[in-house]
Amino acid sequence: MSTVLLEIVTPERIVYSEPVNMVSVRGAEGELGILPNHIPLVTPLRVAPVRIKSEGQEVYIAVGGGFLEVRKDKITILAESAEKPTEIDVDRARAAKERAEKRLQSRQQEVDFRRAEIALQKALTRLDVSQRS
Amino acid sequence: MAKGIREIKRQIKSKQNTRQITKAMEMVAASKLRRSQQSAEAARPYADKIKEVIANIAAGTQGVTHPMLQKREIRKTGYLVITSDRGLAGGYNNNLLRMLMQTIQANHSSKDEYSLFVIGRKGRDFFRKREMPIVEEVTGLPDAPTFQDIKSIARASVSNFENGAYDELYLVYNQFQSVISQVPVIKQLLPLDQVEEQGDGPSAQYEYEPSAEGVLDVLLPRYAETLIYSALLEGKASEFGARMTAMGNATRNANEMINSLKLQHNRARQAAITQEISEIVAGANAL
Repeated sequence: MSTVLLEIVTPERIVYSEPVNMVSVRGAEGELGILPNHIPLVTPLRVAPVRIKSEGQEVYIAVGGGFLEVRKDKITILAESAEKPTEIDVDRARAAKERAEKRLQSRQQEVDFRRAEIALQKALTRLDVSQRS
Repeated sequence: MAKGIREIKRQIKSKQNTRQITKAMEMVAASKLRRSQQSAEAARPYADKIKEVIANIAAGTQGVTHPMLQKREIRKTGYLVITSDRGLAGGYNNNLLRMLMQTIQANHSSKDEYSLFVIGRKGRDFFRKREMPIVEEVTGLPDAPTFQDIKSIARASVSNFENGAYDELYLVYNQFQSVISQVPVIKQLLPLDQVEEQGDGPSAQYEYEPSAEGVLDVLLPRYAETLIYSALLEGKASEFGARMTAMGNATRNANEMINSLKLQHNRARQAAITQEISEIVAGANAL
């Protein structure tokens, strides 16, 4: 099977850098599945798990927003945060989820609301990824 | 004379204690410096990548405009100042703050014309004492800050530019040149006008989803935040470099003082012995 190099980069480190068969992300306009030899593409990403298929195995990585850049020879995901399943602190994610839910219920200002929504999304993504591994 | 000797001994002891502390601080700073240089390096691929994509969009599509790229009339200026929490770092904070004060005095006639975002306790205390307008402050950052730690201040300073609270934003920090040399700089961050092409032109013609503007909308604020983050990392590296040098000097000075005190001590001891002998000899002769 043909492969393409996938790199997931955050401001702090390179989280993932391996050849993959397919990567599936949630872009600004919806789900995208990217196979090798995709046309060059740039799109913002939503907070969601990224699904990676390589050598018959599926790997999930929790990505907290960012970008996807596809080039002929390489796919790059620039993320503000990205964690492999083993790196996720489940207790912390659960606490963050509860906190965000509480804040969403209290419905204060518009800005806080948006922030809480994103926080909730991130927490759910992390929990989701950690459960799948 | 014997009392003089005891006094000198006490002084030597106290210098030795000081030397022990400064030496330890020097070594701690050295190891932290190495770590912060590493994290500064780790941040580089991310920043380079974003820059590359932006340059690509700018080169590939004509007439893309974005508020963050446009110059506007300047009514108010924002300064994001990066200082340290702790002192004992030589001229690290002083040089930076002195330069900023000169710039502010030269460019602004009243306190309404600028606002300050401060990172670090030293800078905050400095501005507070002078009652200058601090919009936001972050103190107690860890020595190896993560992106999450500064996200709030980065986001606030960028979004304030977007909604027009000020018309330009400057980054004020110590640029790391080497362990012994850190240069305070004031760099324009916003509007972003210097996203230049690197080398070989656009590497690929991209598809943009939803559109080039849409991508730019999300990408530019991230880019600005990344620049702030890398400035912070550089500031941290400078801080440790400055502290290491300052403490190295302090250790050397302590060594010098200990040496000269030891010399004094030995002379005094010798003099005391000589005196004692001559007293005994004189006593024996008198018998």
